[in-house]
Amino acid sequence: MLRYTLKRLLSLMISLAVASVLIFFVIEVAPGDPASFMLGINAQPDTVAALRAELGLDVSKWQRYVAWVQGMLVGDFGTSYTYRTPVAQMVSDRLWVSLPLTLYALALSTFIAFPAGMYAAARRGRAGDVTVMGATQLGVAIPNFWFAMMLVLVFAINLRWFSAGGFAGWDKGLGAGVWSLTLPAIALALPQAAILARVMRSALLDVLNEDYMRTARAKGLTRAQTIWRHGLRNALIPVLTIIGLQFSFLLAGSIIIEQVFYLPGLGRLVFQAISARDLIVVESVVMLLVFAVIVVNFAVDLAYAAVDPRLRART
Amino acid sequence: MNRNLIIGGTLSLIAVMAALVSFVWTPFDHASMNIPEKLQTPNLVNWFGTDHFGRDMFSMIMVGARTSIAVAFVAVGIGMGLGIPLGLWAAARKGAWIDELIMRANDLIFAFPSLVIAILITAIFGAGAVNAIIAIGIFNIPVFARVVRGAAMPLWEREFILAARVAGKNAARISVEHILPNVMNLLIVQATIQFSLGILAEAALSYVGLGAQPPTPSWGRMLADAQTLVSIAPHMALIPGFAIIITVLGLNLMGDGLRDHLNPRLRVART
Repeated sequence: MLRYTLKRLLSLMISLAVASVLIFFVIEVAPGDPASFMLGINAQPDTVAALRAELGLDVSKWQRYVAWVQGMLVGDFGTSYTYRTPVAQMVSDRLWVSLPLTLYALALSTFIAFPAGMYAAARRGRAGDVTVMGATQLGVAIPNFWFAMMLVLVFAINLRWFSAGGFAGWDKGLGAGVWSLTLPAIALALPQAAILARVMRSALLDVLNEDYMRTARAKGLTRAQTIWRHGLRNALIPVLTIIGLQFSFLLAGSIIIEQVFYLPGLGRLVFQAISARDLIVVESVVMLLVFAVIVVNFAVDLAYAAVDPRLRART
Repeated sequence: MNRNLIIGGTLSLIAVMAALVSFVWTPFDHASMNIPEKLQTPNLVNWFGTDHFGRDMFSMIMVGARTSIAVAFVAVGIGMGLGIPLGLWAAARKGAWIDELIMRANDLIFAFPSLVIAILITAIFGAGAVNAIIAIGIFNIPVFARVVRGAAMPLWEREFILAARVAGKNAARISVEHILPNVMNLLIVQATIQFSLGILAEAALSYVGLGAQPPTPSWGRMLADAQTLVSIAPHMALIPGFAIIITVLGLNLMGDGLRDHLNPRLRVART
């Protein structure tokens, strides 16, 4: 297990290093100098030069890359070109909306998908299975941001149970914060729940045909007991991978859903930063998203190997 | 022919026909504004109603189908064009450094969800349909590379490949002449799935303003326009939404149907 962990850790480091080089240099080739953009077309050359020096833009690209990475390692993401506040501060404020939203949606998706997938697998080929699978087929086809608009129309505008947008803020109490993230989380979760339910169903069906399931029945366990004790545990392996993948889809999806609900999350930050050519903010947010995806997949790989010893030997 | 294939094929055909017919005929000019007739609900003249500028929504949906289909089609083309050769190459050199390199590069691309790639590209080149195509297309490359590699690797152990090697064919020729035809079914099914994901991704990118720019109509942008008006003109949000759902549902059903039709034993991972 240690050897496997170290190997995966090395590959994690390489991925992060390559990703950071890619992000930095891809954004650095962008036309347009942030200093001249901020000062407008009538700025004096020496003013632009002074601002470039102040923003740290007057050294070579490699030096800036090294400074950027060194800063990130100690939690310093630089200073926003437009707001002149530390990027780390801006990002962490927004993260308190985007991350809870993502996790909320992930929990909802799992909570819906597990029973739905188990039910469909247990009723294979019967009306219940066909209904659940039909619903998932539809769930996969619905764009989550459109679904979000429909939720707003029904539950915020017509029924007035929720506010149509905005975020109450965590200082108003946990309940108010969670409440204002509920519609966005449902909108994000449903399409992913549809995918997860399908995976859950097919993983369970694969497992149900295994010999050890028959053995378990033969030794006197009921059908429900065999599914619960032996089936579910083995079916969880593919399901775990999908949950890991879904984290990245949900995190990216939250960027879009934030637009529907006017939530002050990472999505709004990054779109504002793009239009203001605040490249350091774009770089940092993108790096953070990629970091989250790589680390979660690393954690899933480890969890996977912990659950199934066969995988450790294979790689 | 199975039921999924017929229903899915019909729904997909409706979307394709709408796009094709829009080149020669639409009920109205999709771009012409008619303010006195704005926000009409669906009626006999404007079958899908009108938007906040009085533009005919039926015509906009037809022309919007072009954008969605074109973006998704080219993005799948990019994914297949680069992903298939890479996957074949990796499978032919299984375990060698090139296989390792291709697969690790794929993992890396997977860490950038297509939306994040789109954000990066837009930050550099600005928003537009072409950049949306590139963003979705880049994300498709590892998908096809993985599917091809996974399907091709067991084939390399088979006798007919050994026979081809004995006949003196090199790895590249074997890949093209023997491996590729044997993974084609799988690729067709995966292409259908990626096509439907491409339609969804294009809609999402256009919705947040990173995709097709005005005056090009696109279903995602129509939804963005509808957002502030959803309480007074729900049809503006409902109709483009249904257009997306019908197209994506059609493609997905067609993918399932094709999978069963081409090879009942085949199972494609859909994530």
